[in-house]
Amino acid sequence: MAVAGRRAMWWARLRSPCFAAAPLCLPPRLPAGPVACERLYSSRGKEKLDMSMYPVETIRNFSIIAHVDHGKSTLADRLLELTGTIAKTDRNKQVLDKLQVERERGITVKAQSASLFYNHEGVNYLLNLIDTPGHVDFSYEVSRSLSACQGVILVVDANEGIQAQTVANFYLAFEAQLAIIPVINKIDLKNADPERVEKQIEKLFDIPIDECVRISAKQGTNIERVLQKVIEKIPPPQCETADPLKALVFDSTFDHYRGVIANIALFGGEIQKGHKIVSAHTNKRYEVNEVGILTPNEQPTHKLYAGQVGYLIAGMKEVTEAQIGDTLFLHKQPVEPLPGFKSAKPMVFAGMYPVDQTEYNNLKSALERLTLNDSSVTVHRDSSLALGAGWRLGFLGLLHMEVFNQRLEQEYNISVILTAPTVPYKAILSSAKLIKEYGKAEITIINPAQFPDKLSVSEYLEPTVLGTIVTPHEYIGKIIALCQDRRAIQKDMLYIDEHRVMLKYLFPLNEIVVDFYDALKSLSSGYASFDYEDAGYQAADLIKMDILLNGNPVEELATIIHNDKAYATGKFLCERLKDAIPRQLFEIAIQAAIGNKIIARETVKAYRKNVVAKCYGGDITRRMKLLKRQAEGKKLMRKIGNVEVPKDAFIRVLKRQTDK
Amino acid sequence: GAPCPQWPYCRKRCSYCNFNKYVVPAVDEAAVRACVVRETRTLLHLSQVQSVTSVFFGGGTPSLASPCTIAAVLEAVAGAAHLPAGAEVTLEANPSSTDTPRLAGFRAAGVNRLSIGVQSLDDAELQLLGREHTAAEARGAVEAARGLFPGRTSLDLLFGLPGQSHGAWVQGLEAVLGLCDDHISLYQLTLERGTALAAQVWQGALPTPAPDLLADMYQTARAMLVAAGFRHYEVSNFARKGALSTHNLSYWRAEQYIGVGPGAHGRFVPRGEGGCSREARVQTLEPTAWMREVQSQGHGTRKRVVLTPLEQLEEVLALGLRTDEGITHERWGHFSPHLSLEAVFGVQGEAKALQQQGWLVLDGSGLRCTSEGLALLDSLLPDLLCQLQRC
Repeated sequence: MAVAGRRAMWWARLRSPCFAAAPLCLPPRLPAGPVACERLYSSRGKEKLDMSMYPVETIRNFSIIAHVDHGKSTLADRLLELTGTIAKTDRNKQVLDKLQVERERGITVKAQSASLFYNHEGVNYLLNLIDTPGHVDFSYEVSRSLSACQGVILVVDANEGIQAQTVANFYLAFEAQLAIIPVINKIDLKNADPERVEKQIEKLFDIPIDECVRISAKQGTNIERVLQKVIEKIPPPQCETADPLKALVFDSTFDHYRGVIANIALFGGEIQKGHKIVSAHTNKRYEVNEVGILTPNEQPTHKLYAGQVGYLIAGMKEVTEAQIGDTLFLHKQPVEPLPGFKSAKPMVFAGMYPVDQTEYNNLKSALERLTLNDSSVTVHRDSSLALGAGWRLGFLGLLHMEVFNQRLEQEYNISVILTAPTVPYKAILSSAKLIKEYGKAEITIINPAQFPDKLSVSEYLEPTVLGTIVTPHEYIGKIIALCQDRRAIQKDMLYIDEHRVMLKYLFPLNEIVVDFYDALKSLSSGYASFDYEDAGYQAADLIKMDILLNGNPVEELATIIHNDKAYATGKFLCERLKDAIPRQLFEIAIQAAIGNKIIARETVKAYRKNVVAKCYGGDITRRMKLLKRQAEGKKLMRKIGNVEVPKDAFIRVLKRQTDK
Repeated sequence: GAPCPQWPYCRKRCSYCNFNKYVVPAVDEAAVRACVVRETRTLLHLSQVQSVTSVFFGGGTPSLASPCTIAAVLEAVAGAAHLPAGAEVTLEANPSSTDTPRLAGFRAAGVNRLSIGVQSLDDAELQLLGREHTAAEARGAVEAARGLFPGRTSLDLLFGLPGQSHGAWVQGLEAVLGLCDDHISLYQLTLERGTALAAQVWQGALPTPAPDLLADMYQTARAMLVAAGFRHYEVSNFARKGALSTHNLSYWRAEQYIGVGPGAHGRFVPRGEGGCSREARVQTLEPTAWMREVQSQGHGTRKRVVLTPLEQLEEVLALGLRTDEGITHERWGHFSPHLSLEAVFGVQGEAKALQQQGWLVLDGSGLRCTSEGLALLDSLLPDLLCQLQRC
């Protein structure tokens, strides 16, 4: 698929399955990353640790934040090695990235934590490294990791300098009032220019040049200095063990044997096995079975104390019970809950249907199992005349959707039909009848089939995002043109040094959902970076466009679009579909229509000759195999009227084909 | 039963051919002959075929073998089974190895039908195809063959060559009509993986013929040949005065055939060892290895797979629909005694829809393609297989 790999990772904030459960989910043929890498961790023996040795003033809780590829995971590996948390070998690569998908794609999709023990000037320190996903498509996941921290290491590549995610990450940390330690990585590279990067940091973030630490995580240069800075610059957490228990749930994973494992940060009090605790969110009571720290695998301890970070197992059966952002307290000792977080908002929706309705129950159970550890996927039952019973799923981005689909196929051997991705539009209803029907005047439309007619709507609304682009200045002209073409409005433009510019644009979300990032990368020779955050809704002139095959609407391709884009999009979809539909025994008209008006047309001509020339004397076995494969393929075709459409055609139509 | 001995050697590699063939400096003909003879005997005994309906010498280039080799194989056939005097014995021949004395030798050995690989009557096209003969040599070969095998000389032609125009094809065909006997095979060039020609086309060094042009060439050729009195009796084969190839017809009718020689394929029931199921058989590909096996165990069968009743019907369908007669009720009943053609394809389903669209006919004589449907057979077959598989 075109939008894949590292370059597209800004999309994905994948809450993939917890690593503890991963060996159960992964098919045996896949290299069992999680199992293999566990051997790398040094064993601390079976003795439970006494965490009372680490009072609040010896604790530092911090994250590493960085633009993709700037070396966050490598720095984490070095910190783990230097503190003896893991044995030092040259095999330590992305130690905290345990999921197969993370190692395969070189990305972090799941936050991980590790407690490091470090002696500095005669004092034993407990340094809790709370890893964050390496991409901030929406600030939510990183900000939730940051909520357990008092400081961050902001890693910037000495060659690439500040990028879009660096900016976004910085502001997240800055707004959370965290101590920020700027670290310039990859100084060993030939083209490294740390002076330039220091100046950018000074100009954009107002951090004095002399506060930057120059390192090479790859070669291990100056890592000790980073740890010293962590101890010196980051304040210990402000809380008291004598206070009542107040624990923030900042992440959770699911283990098939032990149930929910909640990652917690203690903002007061202490916790141990046998404690009766209550969730402020659900008011449910639990008894603590186990507490411990992550090193980075689970290491049970007698207790956890104020200021510390670790995990808790308390008989929670479902991930939803360990609501991220929830506050836990002792039974009968309620506390003021911590502010918590807004939940992850799906930004891309698509219908998912079994290729064959008899597969419905299999698909249902596969979806249930996959979403168990990916609570950011929303699932609503849906049904379609053409496709039967299915679901409308909400994803965080297109890569998220792709990976989810890929995992269904790989891990559960299930083929599905995915409809065109859409963003959640809204409509303000004017028809009293509809308002009564919906029970409200403002409705969210996640399925084009539910798009209400203009006559019963006073206003349509579309979601927007505030995008940050950092680029070498020579590409500005092309990038501005691209943004304008995507209906974006410029909000800011700032030179961060003589050569680099930061642009801020307000984008309609649907304009960037499919191929914006590819376009940006291609016209800037890969140099421009992009990040975006939610920016609410705006009024928009929306219409519903249908795609017809020989007059029959293709439900999967019905699209809600901006009126200005109807013609271009219609033409584009028709052209793409033409390439995706094989010639058949009759001519196929592919049309884009708004209501009864046809706005674009392409034709797939009928086959006039399709018969193999020579068929004697030789081996007919091979030929029969091919024919049978084609017959098998027929069963996977989606029939629209009499037209047979390969099921991947819809996805192919909506993909950017960069090689074209 | 129809034995088809393969002579796997060629003098030159043609640019489009992906058959199992070998270009070697010297062939130990006596040794190869002994092995072909021995395997012919072994397999004929195994098949328990009482009477041979036809023999087809294919290749490679069997006309490179000497007439005495052909004679030895035919003697072996006649020794192992009844070979009626009128049985069709075809030899595939290259224009470069078909001078009159040689052809007379083949005739004396028992060959009574010649299939000549003319391919084109244009020197540039022949060069593109990597043929070692010229158009003039091809003409000479056909004339010599017609003299010795009147009414039983067939010509092979290729169309849809990279860069070939519709006009050039029509001209070539007119020339062929002036030269030919009563049987012509017209093959659209298939670009086969691993051939020099395919590589050139796929790398863009040669143009890919447009699908519509190929369809036009095919339709024009059909019309011209029918006008010249030919019956279009198979997708790529035309005959007049009843000069149909018995051997190839038996193949399309899914009768038994016995592949002999390196890489040869066969379909027969090994009754000689008590078998009662039709098998798909492949002989060892590489000639030296094949010879070793024949010398040590009498045959070089490398692979044998019992065909299920469904697989047999699938082959009956895919092959039978290539002919103008289609699949007769009788033939179908031979392979499917309990489920008639009507029961499978006469009910609501794909075949019915294809009939309504005018591609297919199911009537008192059987199931067959319409003249329009024949050109689209490969689009019809997957549907028909789907319907068959549901039964």
